Amino acid sequence: MQPYGSVEGARVEALAQMEVNVEKDVAEKVGTPEGTDGSERVAAIEMADAPLKAMSMRRDIIAMLALAGSGHPGGSLSATDIVAELYFGGILTHDHDRPTDPARDRFILSKGHAAPVLYAALAEDGYFPLSELSTLRKLHSRLQGHPDSKVLPGVEVSTGSLGQGLSIAAGLALGLMSSGGDREKGMVPTVFALLGDGEIEEGQVWEAVMFSAHQHLGNLVAIIDNNDLQIDGRCSELLGLTGIAERFRAFNWHVLEVDGHDSVALNGVLSQAKAYTKGPVAVIARTVKGKGVSFMEDQVEWHGKAPSADQAAVAFGELGGMPGWYSECIEGGRA
Amino acid sequence: MTMDDTSKATRAAYGETLVELADEGVDVVAVDADLAGSTTTKKLGAAYPMRLVDVGIAEQNMIDVAAGLSLSGKIAFTGSFAVFGTGRAYDQIRNTVCYSKLDVKIAPTHAGISVGPDGGSHQMLEDISLMRGLPNMRVLVPSDYHAAKAAIRLAVATPGPVYVRMGRASVPRIYGADYRMEWERAIVLREGVDVTIAACGIEVAQALMAADALAERGIDAEVIDVPSIKPLPAADILASIRKTGCVVTAEEHSVIGGLGAAVAELTAEHLPVFLERVGMRDSFGTSGSLPELLTCFELDAPAIVRAVTRVRARCHRTL
Repeated sequence: MQPYGSVEGARVEALAQMEVNVEKDVAEKVGTPEGTDGSERVAAIEMADAPLKAMSMRRDIIAMLALAGSGHPGGSLSATDIVAELYFGGILTHDHDRPTDPARDRFILSKGHAAPVLYAALAEDGYFPLSELSTLRKLHSRLQGHPDSKVLPGVEVSTGSLGQGLSIAAGLALGLMSSGGDREKGMVPTVFALLGDGEIEEGQVWEAVMFSAHQHLGNLVAIIDNNDLQIDGRCSELLGLTGIAERFRAFNWHVLEVDGHDSVALNGVLSQAKAYTKGPVAVIARTVKGKGVSFMEDQVEWHGKAPSADQAAVAFGELGGMPGWYSECIEGGRA
Repeated sequence: MTMDDTSKATRAAYGETLVELADEGVDVVAVDADLAGSTTTKKLGAAYPMRLVDVGIAEQNMIDVAAGLSLSGKIAFTGSFAVFGTGRAYDQIRNTVCYSKLDVKIAPTHAGISVGPDGGSHQMLEDISLMRGLPNMRVLVPSDYHAAKAAIRLAVATPGPVYVRMGRASVPRIYGADYRMEWERAIVLREGVDVTIAACGIEVAQALMAADALAERGIDAEVIDVPSIKPLPAADILASIRKTGCVVTAEEHSVIGGLGAAVAELTAEHLPVFLERVGMRDSFGTSGSLPELLTCFELDAPAIVRAVTRVRARCHRTL
């Protein structure tokens, strides 16, 4: 008997509906195939791939956390659409077959506790088999509780201690710029760093913010996952952390604001950010913690708690089904 | 190899050696935190403006910017004073440099009590202990200018994190320009059979002076310089102690977690012998001139002589 048969049916339905919506989106944005040249069409379809991947990634995240029994769903789900857009929306230049290609763009997950979202993107892209997601947080796994660059291809640097990723990204951006010898876009890889909003309470972030603006790091993009929640409460209440865009502007950063769950808008803003060469760009992405799972959305207690198997089943119902690798795992009795 | 009067600070080797390496085509960069003049990394910037990055008074950012630069393929050195360049940025060194095993060389200057008049806030006496405890980190403590040059070159030749401890004060010359430092090797500067004095950094010169004083009393001390604190030259140290039967360590650092502690751990496990540790005895420093401070905190040659007397007395009591 298929315990999640009905969920699987719902998944197929949801995916079908999503594909219809994506086609509609593409048609609205770039017109019909006849009305545009081929390249725009290809770009638009590539862009449209991201929401589908984001859906798969959310299922992966819930599944791997349910199997691990611990981890951070809230901040992984708030960042899912952003990370999906980077990897599957044509933003990051990268190739899973050549994870150390010098010409690749770099992505640094400064909020390392959101490791599941990075692992989901890397697995969905083909850096390692999807089935390996079942090893998250287990002994001898390459999928450590926080990303470990020594063991997992695609992880640029180990993170987990908050506040460090932007400094690392800045040093890397500077090094790439001086190695490339040319500040023109296209010649120098872009470095993207994803920070939590709570994370920017770390003083070091503002050391890096000052430094990056002063160095005119035109190949650096900081994305702030602005879900307004940290472990002890709302960022806006705990430390009065509001007006993040203004704060970055005051430090001479170019700032773009976006709905962090709107694929089309995200793609536009991230493309703009990558194309901007005069200095560092901050993308303030307004997000909802736990996005996509009704009982987790905007709930602080889901910062660092794994769903039970039953809760995961409910989540899969809302996310269009369980991942294939997860059902194989359950059937294999490995849960 | 004996001391002569040519005094030079270990830090003086820093910028100079980086310039030499850049001249030789090595892709070195330095990141400093508003102390490029004091650490001498400014010399690299003067010769190669793009190779020195001054991040301002921001040591945490300094370490991680260096980490980022290493990720772009460069060998990145960090500066600042030892107290800030290790203690203030310990988490960055631990969680980014060491955990990711990056090609970052933590090489601050102004370590130890020899900073002098700046006082206890600036006299870093726990850095060896902090750095030694970190997985993937190697630790070098050069004893003179030429040793510092050799230490920087050894750090460059060794992939991954390395800590090089340098000081502000001028120290007597011990080595020639041809000196090459090696991992896990101690250098026998003076052979003897009655006691081993294992020293590092500025205490090597004090140990040699102590050996002269001991010789006048008929005690034949062996003096070994231990620049490679981690990995420790276990074979060399044990070989010396097998010959002498007792050991005194001397360092410009806390006796907790430094060379003395490392030798104590080694001998306790492999060759239990009587041991005396000359070093800071779990206290902060204070303002003063270097000679005054060496005497005040019992780090000078007479203090080493007294330690030798104590350790030999204990040996004889048990015979």
